[in-house]
Amino acid sequence: MWGRCTAGQRGARKGNKPRQSLHANCRRVVTTNSRPAFLMAPALAWLIGLMVVPCGLVLALAFFQRGIYGGVDYTFTLENFAKVFDPLYAGIFLRSARIAGTATLIAVVIGYAAAYAIASCRRSLQPVLLFFAVLPFWSNYLIRTYAWIVLLNREGLVTQVLRWFGYTGEPPSMLYTEGAVIAGLVYNYLPFVILACYAPLSRLNPELAEASRDLGGSAVTTFRRIILPLTLPGIAAGAVFVFVLSIGNFVTPALLGGGRFQMIGNLVYDQFLTANDWPFGAALAAVLIAIMMLLLLVQGYAADRASTRTAQAREEA
Amino acid sequence: MSRDVLEIEGVSKKFGPLTAVDDVSLSIRENEFFALLGPSGCGKTTLLRMLAGFETPTRGRILLDGADVSRTPPNRRPVNLMFQSYALFPHMSVRANISYGLEMEGRPGSEIRSRVDEMLVTTQLGGLADRKPDQLSGGQKQRVALARALIKRPRVLLLDEPLGALDKKLRGDMQIELKRLQHEVGITFIVVTHDQEEALVMADRMAVLKDGRLLQCDTPHTVYEHPADAFVAGFIGVMNFAEGSVSGQGVKARDGSLITGSLPDEIANDAAAIAAVRPERIVLFPADDIANRTSGRVVALAYHGLDLQLHVKTPLADKPFLIRVTADTADRRPLAVGDTVDLGWSAADTRIFRH
Repeated sequence: MWGRCTAGQRGARKGNKPRQSLHANCRRVVTTNSRPAFLMAPALAWLIGLMVVPCGLVLALAFFQRGIYGGVDYTFTLENFAKVFDPLYAGIFLRSARIAGTATLIAVVIGYAAAYAIASCRRSLQPVLLFFAVLPFWSNYLIRTYAWIVLLNREGLVTQVLRWFGYTGEPPSMLYTEGAVIAGLVYNYLPFVILACYAPLSRLNPELAEASRDLGGSAVTTFRRIILPLTLPGIAAGAVFVFVLSIGNFVTPALLGGGRFQMIGNLVYDQFLTANDWPFGAALAAVLIAIMMLLLLVQGYAADRASTRTAQAREEA
Repeated sequence: MSRDVLEIEGVSKKFGPLTAVDDVSLSIRENEFFALLGPSGCGKTTLLRMLAGFETPTRGRILLDGADVSRTPPNRRPVNLMFQSYALFPHMSVRANISYGLEMEGRPGSEIRSRVDEMLVTTQLGGLADRKPDQLSGGQKQRVALARALIKRPRVLLLDEPLGALDKKLRGDMQIELKRLQHEVGITFIVVTHDQEEALVMADRMAVLKDGRLLQCDTPHTVYEHPADAFVAGFIGVMNFAEGSVSGQGVKARDGSLITGSLPDEIANDAAAIAAVRPERIVLFPADDIANRTSGRVVALAYHGLDLQLHVKTPLADKPFLIRVTADTADRRPLAVGDTVDLGWSAADTRIFRH
């Protein structure tokens, strides 16, 4: 019962539905009866078969030794996890976190500004602008990433534009750098941030900002003390999304990044497909999944607490 | 009631092809309780938003204490607005909401605390300081919104439909409460309302607007007893109308009878006109010296406790006349639907308007 309720909430949260009504729905399901439970069965089977079992297998694999000729030697060991914290690999974790963090920060700033601009437009125009914001999603991730190679390579579009403006020096090396990876990640995940921030911004009563102005607040103070705190849940949701998707990404660093192990995703890929050290690859993946889960849980907990507080407050009143 | 605190000089506001406010001029006096009244879409809220600084007039000027503030942003005007939705900051406690305006002025913490405490007492919010807006009832929210605006000690407090969200009983109490508070703090109040009864009860003076134009600005008594035109007469309170044409000392009604009363200035004979009379001015079974008389059939009766309201179909108009009979009169002479009654009113109670 409880599990179903939170699962519903989590799904709805991704869809950016209003939090209060969602909470009310959830409550109603709990208090009536469990008849619609069978409707959950297909989704549950899917989740268990393609998510829980494989993740469990990966986790189990992490506790075994590597076979001498590749493959797996089924002898219990914690060595793989110790190896994860070896400075060499921990360093890649940290670099991944730094790249993902930078991408998140940039995506949040750009995405929030875009969402704010869209939410300030005429109501009739807003769905059109949102459509354009998510339009890149309609094309393949790989194609979108390859497009950046066209843009950033030595004789790419950026260099040509620079030349057109009279630049004559050496073409700047932009491709195969950390900056290129960050640009790729920001570009690919920006729509998530725009959608996550647009939801609370569009629901914000414009009279709240007016009230702040009326009481003597400047435009900047009004943003800092009224608009920003009230739309923080959207920022948090968008930020966690970008960070989680970025830190585990391996396509973008593989195509746009320099060096072999730009990010942890590439390292995992390499362990499974090149180095043939499945147990160590599994340990890396397990740690990565644990970091992601932790972030999602913290964000989910904060959002739930906020919505429970409003629901409680409403009941008391 | 001394000098003018706010002067509105020929103000118009256009939104594209639409004229929301059309050449309105008004003077609002110090410490006055002023009401802007009109049906929805009459421009009263646009006018209020121009006074608050959220809109700038297309034409005309707004003077506050003699200085032109037409283009002054809202955060630099000593004018505060109580929003219809209250617009309380949902993430802040009652105390934080109320102190927000003083923080914006950069007041020291000790002054803010003592002034907020004082305001919590004035508005009877003492025990609720730490609550969030979600935890308040409608009436409590309204008082927080009021406290938040009043604590700034504005020159003029604007209230947009302040009682609109409250139920009827609470609304009556809050009308008296608002008047008491206004008297206590000595601040000019401008209330926007579509509820004519609210305006009559609360206002020292009121302005009636329609389609962006000012129709009449006067005391509630004058507006009620001497409405400027047929629209105002019908909008404020209840009025019985009879259409006809000017003839000698009154209006010749459609049944040929003459309704006497004082005519508007410079109205031509035979011009289309409307005669009007308030329900409480009509008497049943009039004495012989009553000038205007007719008879009709009772089509409906409505008992209101304090009085009995009769709907009487007369030959003067399609719409039945409404007549209010006090409870003791009704007791003395029981009436039923279908009865024929004589009714009349004196010439002094007739109002005649151009058609």
